[in-house]
Amino acid sequence: MTDPLALRAGAESLAAPLPALLAQADHLAASVILGDHGRRRAGTGDTFWQYRPAQSHDEARMIDWRRSARSDAAFVQEKEWQIAQTVMLWVDRSASMQFAAGDRPSKADRANLLALATAIVLLRGGERVGLTGQTVPARRGHAQSQILAQALLDGQTGDYGHPDTRGLLPHSRAMFVSDFLGDFDMIEAAMLQAADGGIKGALVQVLDPQEIDFPFDGRTIFESMQGSLRHETLKAGDLRAAYLSRLAQRQDRLAELARITGWQFHIHHTGQSAAQTLLRIYGALSRGTR
Amino acid sequence: MTALGVIGFSSPWLLLGLLALPLLVLLLRAVPPAPLKRRFPGVALLLGLQDRDAQSDRTPWWLLLLRLLAVAGAIIGFAGPVLNPQTGLTGSDPLLIVVDGTWADATDWSARRAVISDKLAEAGRAGRPAALVNLTDLPPEGPNFQTADAVARGLAGFTPNPWEPDLDRATAWAATLSGAFETYWVSDGLDRPERQELLTALQARGPVQVYQPLRPLVALRPARFADGTVSLTAVRLGADTDSTVAAIGLDPAGTERQLATAPLAWTGTEGTASFDLPPELRNRITRFELVGQDSAGAVALTDDSLKRREVALVPFTTTSEGLRLLSPLHYLRQALVPTTDLIEGPLADVIPANPDVIALADVAQLPAADAQALLAWVEQGGLLLRFAGPRLAAADMAATTTDPLLPVRLRSGGRSVGGTMSWGEPKSIAPFDADSPFFGLTIPGDVVVNSQVVAQPGPDLADRVIAQLTDGTPLITRSTYGAGQIVLFHITANAEWSSLPLSGLFVQMLDRLAVSTRSDLPDIGSLTGTVWKPQTLMDGFGTLQDAADRPGVAGERLAMGQVGADLPPGLYAEGDRVVAVNAITPDRTLTVATWPATVTVDTGEAPRQVDLMGPLLAVALALLIVDVVATLALSGRLIGAALVLLSFGALSHPDSSHAQSVDEFALMATSEVVLAHVLTGNAQVDDMAQAGLFGLSDTLLRRTSVEPGTPLGVDIERDELAFFPLLYWPITVDQPLPSQAAYDKLNRYMATGGMILFDTRDGDRDVLGSQTPEGQKLRAIAAGLSIPPLERIPADHVLTRTFYLLQDFPGRYNAPALWVEAADPNAELIEGMPFRNLNDGVTPVVIGGNDWAAAWAISPQGMYLFPVGRGAAGERQREIAYRFGVNLVMHVLTGNYKSDQVHVPALLDRLGQ
Repeated sequence: MTDPLALRAGAESLAAPLPALLAQADHLAASVILGDHGRRRAGTGDTFWQYRPAQSHDEARMIDWRRSARSDAAFVQEKEWQIAQTVMLWVDRSASMQFAAGDRPSKADRANLLALATAIVLLRGGERVGLTGQTVPARRGHAQSQILAQALLDGQTGDYGHPDTRGLLPHSRAMFVSDFLGDFDMIEAAMLQAADGGIKGALVQVLDPQEIDFPFDGRTIFESMQGSLRHETLKAGDLRAAYLSRLAQRQDRLAELARITGWQFHIHHTGQSAAQTLLRIYGALSRGTR
Repeated sequence: MTALGVIGFSSPWLLLGLLALPLLVLLLRAVPPAPLKRRFPGVALLLGLQDRDAQSDRTPWWLLLLRLLAVAGAIIGFAGPVLNPQTGLTGSDPLLIVVDGTWADATDWSARRAVISDKLAEAGRAGRPAALVNLTDLPPEGPNFQTADAVARGLAGFTPNPWEPDLDRATAWAATLSGAFETYWVSDGLDRPERQELLTALQARGPVQVYQPLRPLVALRPARFADGTVSLTAVRLGADTDSTVAAIGLDPAGTERQLATAPLAWTGTEGTASFDLPPELRNRITRFELVGQDSAGAVALTDDSLKRREVALVPFTTTSEGLRLLSPLHYLRQALVPTTDLIEGPLADVIPANPDVIALADVAQLPAADAQALLAWVEQGGLLLRFAGPRLAAADMAATTTDPLLPVRLRSGGRSVGGTMSWGEPKSIAPFDADSPFFGLTIPGDVVVNSQVVAQPGPDLADRVIAQLTDGTPLITRSTYGAGQIVLFHITANAEWSSLPLSGLFVQMLDRLAVSTRSDLPDIGSLTGTVWKPQTLMDGFGTLQDAADRPGVAGERLAMGQVGADLPPGLYAEGDRVVAVNAITPDRTLTVATWPATVTVDTGEAPRQVDLMGPLLAVALALLIVDVVATLALSGRLIGAALVLLSFGALSHPDSSHAQSVDEFALMATSEVVLAHVLTGNAQVDDMAQAGLFGLSDTLLRRTSVEPGTPLGVDIERDELAFFPLLYWPITVDQPLPSQAAYDKLNRYMATGGMILFDTRDGDRDVLGSQTPEGQKLRAIAAGLSIPPLERIPADHVLTRTFYLLQDFPGRYNAPALWVEAADPNAELIEGMPFRNLNDGVTPVVIGGNDWAAAWAISPQGMYLFPVGRGAAGERQREIAYRFGVNLVMHVLTGNYKSDQVHVPALLDRLGQ
């Protein structure tokens, strides 16, 4: 999936069944950009909110004559206050994401697909979506999805990646997609920095089933994707239990980190259907919207 | 060969290789299995983990043991181990294998050949030259010693002969041999008096070993006919055996089969079996066989002596009261009774019985109807035997007209010589000519002729005379008519006119004329001067073979009776007579050969020598395979290798995955409406059918509420058909006919509402009906289908209006012929329409030849694959073709629904609207 058009087509088809995702809209007081988020209170917006009796300070042009004609009093039509949300995405583009076993897609492919599908859903809902790292600023509109698809396919060096928090707006929302197999301290630092900015969002760990099952045996030399790390064993099967416990430990720590910062943590493996995880991201980002 | 107990080695020096095994141990222990390199991002989590032990750094002990065993097995295997090595042939001289090669060898010939093969292999291992000599087929010169391998190659064509060896000749042959050699004599177990001399001659050249297995042997003597039953005797050697004799011959359909069986009842070494069979069945028997014995000695061929010819005697009148001894037929009857089946009666009664011979004694004039029937019977191959007499002599019609029932024209009155009222002496019979059937018969001096009827001279008289008097007067004349012949004795059948009927010559003459059949082999006298042509010959196994190209055998040789290379057993024919020469003579007895103590006799009881090289090498190979598996398992690659092997297996046996794919197939076929085509085995036609149905499905999707899935190719032998509403079946000339199971499936499919569209794809050639190869193939295929009566599609058929209104059904071609199930002729006409309601009115077959698939076919991109017609007319034709396809699918899916629509006004009317 190295063609931006193909990536976008896949993401569009994945996003198609979901209604426009409306990100959770609390703590948006500082953001004044108009969007589609009803605040359940009267304000500036397009949709009808309520009729109220006209007060003395209301100008005559604000009176809704059609409603007023049905009764003796004069009424004013109020609109719902609507604001747009900003969602910043970070997708790990390091070499470890390129891992793929069997005929499954690589982790990077799946991560890009999930991120772009989420972005398309958000854009359709009128949100502003961008990438962290000051590469793609958050914008609204359908055209943004093409820019995002292009940017997501840009390569990056390094064996393992860690979230890039540059360009995150305070009190906005974010989604980090990675395998989170790199240095945990870096991940933790990035998360805490984001939490300090009042940012909430979703952590999505994308793993290959081989990384979950560790189906190896016999004398093996394991190397990281770019060869920076190396481990030799005589009986790979004996390491399975230790590996699995370390993986569980890492996931526990991620979940704990997410819990204390108020984020949502999801594990996705490439053997699964992407739609299932997209549904969960949708649930996480839309929770408490209305 | 070096022997260690029961195991010997042909190359024991190779065993020294076992000493190298410890070295192998050191080598193997030093080399652990190679590591595997993997890219794996999860390595970040592995850093710092320790292996629990370092065991697999060295080769595990059991793997080491496995490899040692494999190598040791290979070393021992190549050393040539032999179980129960037979040390019998120890010499280094050439080996002469002498085989009796008689019928008695044939029953266990394969065992004997195996023994010979073993001995040759042994000689080959010892590097000794060998030769193989068959005593029944002696080589003209001495034995041809060759390498044992070369001799063994000729062993496959080495077969026993049905006769017994001439040991006198063999002894003389052995005496000419020179040089030293060892002899291995494969004996057939039968004693022959000259055996000792041959043994002595062979022993003069070197040691002699004899192979003579103890086994029962039964020989069948020729069949005899006496007192209405056929009896056979058998002689045996060795233990009791329950033997059954089977009579084999042609059944009325002309097939050779077993006609009757009888068990052998044994008294001592002789057993008898008897068959009491009706003459019709008995005459069909061609041979008797001992069931389950393949040997020329177990087959008794039959010939004329068993066949009893049916002879009809027709007296002049049944009411004449004469003395018995004066009866014209008395001597004839006496001569024929022992060897033939006689029937007597008026001509009209005996002709329907279709006898072989009809004898007329002194019958001059026959009623016209009888004469016609008799002539027809002669024409079919009957032999009409006529005798003269006073009445024939008195009838003068024969002198002026040609009677077809007489071989010659007769002068009226006849003549009398040497009687009281005439001059001269009674005449005797002149010696027979060489071309006469009686040639070679001795004429007794006391046979004289007093009276006879005289033939009218004519140009063809000389050819027809087969016996004459000393003065040249014809005595017996013969002519052929159709397939049969007419023989006239110019004398009476009784002793009135001559003494011939009193003599033995009369019986021999009847025998030569094949009127009677002899009860035994003809004596030398009657065989002299004849040449017998072999018809079928028997080989050593008792199998009969056609002997078309074999030279004839002189009668004298036949009379000697001893079968040999110049007189193999079989059937010999001369003219109409057939003689069977059997391998076993009627007085044959069997005795076991006994050997002097100086000769070692191998009875085949000792344990057989077994070559262990093959099994040991196989075990070594199996161990190496186990080693491969174990090594893979150790390095964690076993599952991958197993998957590779499995995928290879799946590739080479595509059927093995069929069981799992049945469900998949059913799901594919049933999750949507799916059109299907029958796979013909012709990839081009199948692809076109697939593309055609794809195009039709696409059209249905766009134009109708039917939304078919991707069409499927159906293998009618394997796949379930019930899922498909419509099967498109293109006919190719070379597609195989369905099996019975497939026919059952297809019939069930059609009976339960399925429809098959047969497309012969010959609409461009088929002008007058199914005369194209495809049409004939369709007939062949449809022969097994229960297809109802068909008719040309009527203009009011529901198929013409299920979706579109159509009257043409073109495909790529536009032949008008389209055949559907015929309406029931008794169907009630409702508003001019026959009411079709079977299977909801859906015809189970639609047959045509317009190559619809080609017209429907589109590529996945939606391009038409085949041109139809030209220009706009062609596009219109393609459109109509699609419309036909839509109508067809609608018809099969909705049944007579559209048919019902025409009744809507009537229904509404009935409902009171």
